[in-house]
Amino acid sequence: MEMWFSDVHTPNIKLNIRVKKQLFSERSDLQQVDVFDSEDLGKFISLDGEIVFSEADEFIYDEMVTHVPMAVHPSVKNVLVIGGGDGGVAKELCRYPEIERIDVVEEDEMFVDVSKRFFPETAEGLSDPRVNLYIQDGLKFIRNKKGEYDLIINDSTDPFGPSEGLFTKEFYGSCYKALNSEGIMVYQHGSPFYSEDEEECRKMHQKVFQCFPVSKVYQAHIPTCSSGYWLFGFASKKYHPLKDFDAERWKKRKLHTSYYTVNLHQGAFMLPEYVEEILLRAEEDR
Amino acid sequence: MLDQTSAPLYEALERFRKMRVVPFDVPGHKRGRGNPELVQLLGEKCVGIDVNSMKPLDDLCHPSSVIREAEALAAEAFGAAHCFFMVGGTTSSVQSMIFSVLKDGDKIIMPRNVHKSAINALVLCGGIPVYVDPEVDKRLGISLGMEPKKLEQAIKDNPDAVAVLVNNPTYYGVCSDMRSIVETAHRHNMMVLADEAHGTHFSFSDSLPVSAMQAGADMSAVSMHKSGGSLTQSSLLLLNGTVNADYVRQIINLTQTTSASYLLMSSLDISRRNLALHGDKAFKKVMEMASYAREEINALGDWYAYGKELVNGTSVYDFDITKLAVYTRDVGLAGIEVYDILRDEYGIQIEFGDISNILAYVSIGDRLQDIERLVGALDDLKRLYKRDKSGMLSLEYIQPKVAVPPRRAFYSEKVSLPLKETEGKICTEFVMCYPPGIPVLAPGELVTKEIIEYVIYAKAKGCNVQGTEDFEVNRLNVLK
Repeated sequence: MEMWFSDVHTPNIKLNIRVKKQLFSERSDLQQVDVFDSEDLGKFISLDGEIVFSEADEFIYDEMVTHVPMAVHPSVKNVLVIGGGDGGVAKELCRYPEIERIDVVEEDEMFVDVSKRFFPETAEGLSDPRVNLYIQDGLKFIRNKKGEYDLIINDSTDPFGPSEGLFTKEFYGSCYKALNSEGIMVYQHGSPFYSEDEEECRKMHQKVFQCFPVSKVYQAHIPTCSSGYWLFGFASKKYHPLKDFDAERWKKRKLHTSYYTVNLHQGAFMLPEYVEEILLRAEEDR
Repeated sequence: MLDQTSAPLYEALERFRKMRVVPFDVPGHKRGRGNPELVQLLGEKCVGIDVNSMKPLDDLCHPSSVIREAEALAAEAFGAAHCFFMVGGTTSSVQSMIFSVLKDGDKIIMPRNVHKSAINALVLCGGIPVYVDPEVDKRLGISLGMEPKKLEQAIKDNPDAVAVLVNNPTYYGVCSDMRSIVETAHRHNMMVLADEAHGTHFSFSDSLPVSAMQAGADMSAVSMHKSGGSLTQSSLLLLNGTVNADYVRQIINLTQTTSASYLLMSSLDISRRNLALHGDKAFKKVMEMASYAREEINALGDWYAYGKELVNGTSVYDFDITKLAVYTRDVGLAGIEVYDILRDEYGIQIEFGDISNILAYVSIGDRLQDIERLVGALDDLKRLYKRDKSGMLSLEYIQPKVAVPPRRAFYSEKVSLPLKETEGKICTEFVMCYPPGIPVLAPGELVTKEIIEYVIYAKAKGCNVQGTEDFEVNRLNVLK
């Protein structure tokens, strides 16, 4: 028997993964949740038919949204993770002893339950005593927060699904308000490669660029993402991701990583020309 | 009792599709084959049922089978004696009501904040409007409902009037005391026509204001395509047992197309079924969502999302809590400015913005996460745009001075003058902001200084001002 999962990247391009077994399939109030087991990517979870993460490449994502800001900001105490019900980002954050509080806001309880059941190693990040899990709409949670956080990580999945509200101008504006005067926001910036995604990528940069004094974009290679090439946004009220980057300080922590290095930190901000052009267009288009 | 789970017109279309009839009739695209781009845009299913009237599918102009059955089901669902499917928007329903009761020179009593379609109908049929000035909420700058004692006075002054037209509710959700109005009008042998363009849902919940049919009105124009969920441009005209349905059908056929769209009509049939079966539950959810949004928006400060607290027993007899109107001036912005910013900056399209308010349309298609976006956007918009509110025009209702009946004014000899030079003249055309489409000036009304100032201000703020022969509304046609 052959069973294949198709992750549709554009109407004309898809990534096929041979499935050993489907482990879970249910509809939550918000979306369709499925878990599969595969040969090369291990277990992976999809929401509304799109892969959110796989065991094989999840580390790349979690490390890149965590260590990049942590190597820049000198003293992070309060962190907000929007989305992130799988616990992967929280787990990575928990490796920093100076962090006092990690609020994780996930809108879909089923996503948390399924992560705990099928990805217990990742989800263990949620059981650290510093982590507070809120099952709530991210936009609503952040609306009443003022100057509370040093770092906000937007770990929500998809600008077109149930979490589309977390890719909007009002959301970035609310993040700005919820951060203190030295705060940093890291967010998913999508893939710039296919023309379908390019427009969304440009608009996203435009919204954040208008909102924050520092707004930079960095990259990573994530095999299960659209085109395998993924961007992240680094927005901040004060710190520049390279000028305020303290490699020595981070190295002294002696954290073991599988993707992030201090060299890669700098390289990640060196973007291909076509991406620079997309970003420049967003900045000029007002 | 009819079987509300059936949808005769929709079912007939399904049967028809399976018959695979070879079309040698219109429409000429022949199930889309002659226009592949249209199929690309609308899909095969959609163009496949874009067909002409024929025996198995009945004929809207003279319904005798499936359309007739579908109309009977709709009548029952809305508590009416008779129902007509309408395909020319609720404009056609409103106008058919007026043409059915008014002849040349007959008077009709109505509030001035009617939709333009009502006054347009008077231009066509020669009816004469008697306006009941609505009370105005001074802070919000919105016209309220029709007060029974003012109606009583209007009837006393115009005992020869033949009908009363009422909005149930207004665009903003304000309801008049329908039962008293019906009682008063009927006592004086006047018909009651209700413009229920914004009140389709009233028939399907006990927690909402009374529907016109329930209150005993004679006719009602219902925008199924607004809160009812059918396709844009589809509408219903409801009659009570007091009206001769066959005469109304003749009236409708004076202006109605003979090629009524089956897409529109089947959408009415399906939507009626949905409302009859699930309307109560669906509108309960809409009420909850709108109420939640109101609480959250009011908690942000400076915005005022109003609701039942406006109810005062007279000019606001009841309030439709599914309407989410927000007063914007304490943020220092005109409603129309908020409307534009929400669309341009936040990707949120709302129903309309006027000088002091915005209206976000909440319906059976909404989800809580979208409400969160709207609330979040209003919060962020305030943070970025809040400014001093001095220097904003505060609009109050401008009482119209009707000098000449609409039809005579519209067809009289006229002269075009720059807007600023028209003070004291009699206007021969309409001026309105769209939406909401309530005329600032109607044919036959005196142009005053306040009106000129208002139009100039509305244009400057970005309102879509229209209605005049001069496309830019820099000039106005006035009586010679």
